[in-house]
Amino acid sequence: MPDKKQDLIDQQLQDLNNDGVDRRGFLKCMAWAGTGLVWTMSGGIPISRAFAKGHGKDVGKSGDFSFVQISDSHIGFNKPANPDVTATLQTAINKINTMPHNPDFIIHTGDLSQLSKPSEFDTLDQVLKGASAKQIYFVPGEHDMLSDNGEQYLQRYGKGTKGNGWYSFDHKGVHFVGLVNVANLKAGGMGSLGHEQLEWFEDDLKGRSASTPIVLFAHIPLWTIYPDWGWGTDDSEQALSYVKRFGSVTVLNGHIHQVMQKVEGKVSFHTAMSTAFPQPAPGTAPSAGPMKVPADRLQRVLGITDVNYVVSGRSLAVVDSPLGEGSSASESGSGPGNS
Amino acid sequence: MTKRIMWIAGLATPVMITMLLLFVELPRVIANDQPSGANAAVKIDNFVFGPQTLTVPVGTTVTWTNSDDIPHTAVSTDGVFKSKVMDTDEKFSYTFTKAGTYPYYCTIHPKMTGKVVVQ
Repeated sequence: MPDKKQDLIDQQLQDLNNDGVDRRGFLKCMAWAGTGLVWTMSGGIPISRAFAKGHGKDVGKSGDFSFVQISDSHIGFNKPANPDVTATLQTAINKINTMPHNPDFIIHTGDLSQLSKPSEFDTLDQVLKGASAKQIYFVPGEHDMLSDNGEQYLQRYGKGTKGNGWYSFDHKGVHFVGLVNVANLKAGGMGSLGHEQLEWFEDDLKGRSASTPIVLFAHIPLWTIYPDWGWGTDDSEQALSYVKRFGSVTVLNGHIHQVMQKVEGKVSFHTAMSTAFPQPAPGTAPSAGPMKVPADRLQRVLGITDVNYVVSGRSLAVVDSPLGEGSSASESGSGPGNS
Repeated sequence: MTKRIMWIAGLATPVMITMLLLFVELPRVIANDQPSGANAAVKIDNFVFGPQTLTVPVGTTVTWTNSDDIPHTAVSTDGVFKSKVMDTDEKFSYTFTKAGTYPYYCTIHPKMTGKVVVQ
């Protein structure tokens, strides 16, 4: 099994640009740090760097901005892997609130709740209210659409969205698209966007300049990480064909509760840590179920992602940051010429 | 020494009575275990339905039990049956009254598939 995993990582690494960055080291470090992610947008090409190493130092110039991605809060989960997911979400929010620069907004990439219960959504809302960034964008995870086909999710978090909750918005020259790949899943398949959403997505990008930086976010990864565990999206290739002409595309996902990164041409893929519990690396456990780690290690495998957009540069910087203190993070870039 | 033997005897008597009662109960259990009202179980463990293919006689009630820390569903691909969301240790039962093959999956984790063959 470990060989299988190594093959998978090697395969992913082969796709990366030869930009002199030790990405294997980055992945290994991130697998260890396992918590949050900071993205900096700089001229549309994503770079990632350590939370602890002066991230955001370029942010603050006119047009520059940052945002934070959080994911997989699973409010209501109370099993041994983390008996208090509300507390760890609160820790994540505290961490965001004490960041050296204020993020313009937060993106939550789904699995807000464990069982789509109103009380779970209430608790989530209560904790998120304490965030200094008041604008929060959501996409649903499969746990948010249980029982009621996602109606409650739409009422609470999807007002004004299309279909099951997809939408797009622009922020300081960057085009953001929130996609839903957790609805109407087919037996034996993985995540799915569906025909209607794909049509909307193609149409949404029409007429946009190829120089517009694009950020796509969805719950299940839009690249195939591990099909045996359903860690991919069946029709993501079609979606990605629509963004091929753009100079910078950043794809942010959750679902797998660990950091993974891949760069393919001008598209940079990144998954975030959970704020609730870690999951095993692909193929290293009998299933993708919650992974129990010693209590003192939990905060190192949960975290947030800070994304910085810097107009004067050429990159989008992403920093994964664990909730726990004292952990190191690494610095990495994914575009040619980033620093 | 005598006390000890008496103590063991005192313990043995209720055990024997219980065993006798069990034997008395047994025929009734067998009587309920006819094809028309048989029971069968599918255990959900580590994101797998076990057994993946379950073969049962017509009239069998199949009970799914979720042993994972993550919720699952058991939903017929052809719309014949649909469980609620089963959280840890929760169950769902369905009685199969017609012969046939019933494929099903977990709508939350669609890679999880199974089949009930009713003969």
